[in-house]
Amino acid sequence: MLELYGTALKSRLLLGTARYPSPAVLAAAVRAAGCEVVTVALRRESAGERAGQGFWSLIRELGVHVLPNTAGCHSVKEAITTAHMAREVFGTRWIKLEVIGEDDTLQPDVFGLTEAARILCAEGFEVFPYTTEDLVVAERLLQAGCQVLMPWGAPIGSGRGLNNLLGLRALRAHFARVPLIVDAGIGVPSHAAQALELGYDAVLVNTAIAQAGDPVQMATAFAQAVQAGHAAHAAGPIEARDFASPSTPVIGTAFRG
Amino acid sequence: MKIQVNGAWREVADAQLARALEDLGYGGCVVTTALNGEFVAVQARERTALAEGDRLEVLAPMQGG
Repeated sequence: MLELYGTALKSRLLLGTARYPSPAVLAAAVRAAGCEVVTVALRRESAGERAGQGFWSLIRELGVHVLPNTAGCHSVKEAITTAHMAREVFGTRWIKLEVIGEDDTLQPDVFGLTEAARILCAEGFEVFPYTTEDLVVAERLLQAGCQVLMPWGAPIGSGRGLNNLLGLRALRAHFARVPLIVDAGIGVPSHAAQALELGYDAVLVNTAIAQAGDPVQMATAFAQAVQAGHAAHAAGPIEARDFASPSTPVIGTAFRG
Repeated sequence: MKIQVNGAWREVADAQLARALEDLGYGGCVVTTALNGEFVAVQARERTALAEGDRLEVLAPMQGG
């Protein structure tokens, strides 16, 4: 069973809640996926529209764990203030820490990220840092007090899958006991299955499901892929090789000798 | 006095943050606030005074990835 900061979870599929065609479809997708953790954000509330109030009611009705993010923050200061605000509103010590360093790729500013992680961990937050697959950065984040890492697969919303397999493999091998969640860039269920096959503990998916033609069906497909990938990793995949290796026994082959 | 609320200039009559939020229409809302970039907890709203030109952020839960 997956355990994140002491919380045991059956599902290894975490869902973002943005970009769904409607709140009803979001709720149906979360249920179809058997998802137990959803990410949420904070945005400016209009006193007239009160959009956030309805959204918060919907999330509470789903009865899932909430992982607030600091999306859109470009500095340590913004991320820390946002984390404090999120802790108050959502009533959780969990924070998905994003400090964005570059707008075209939404690549994390890993220097700001490690600094913000150090401050927030010291304040008692349970930090889920959105990071790259860089081993040195990962080590710094663990030193800062993070107990979970969320490396990107590819840029957020790109649907490119696991962009740096070698790097992700190295990260998994290097930090065998740290829960690792591939966050960002996953486009189709096979990408999610691949992450789990590599031994990643979970994936976080948003756009690939929310923007699918049928988000509920896609959520189901992702849940199946995640289960299959996890089972495959547990079962011990074979090593890839460069040349053929006959699967049918060679001994007793007719017409030979 | 005039302050910026979520980036827009607004006139507020009351300098106390808790009452200003009521006046601005946020009564009964689940919101969290920051004043000039600093988080202001719910418990601190009554003792927080607004000043001319302050930047107030009023945020609420929203969809996120």
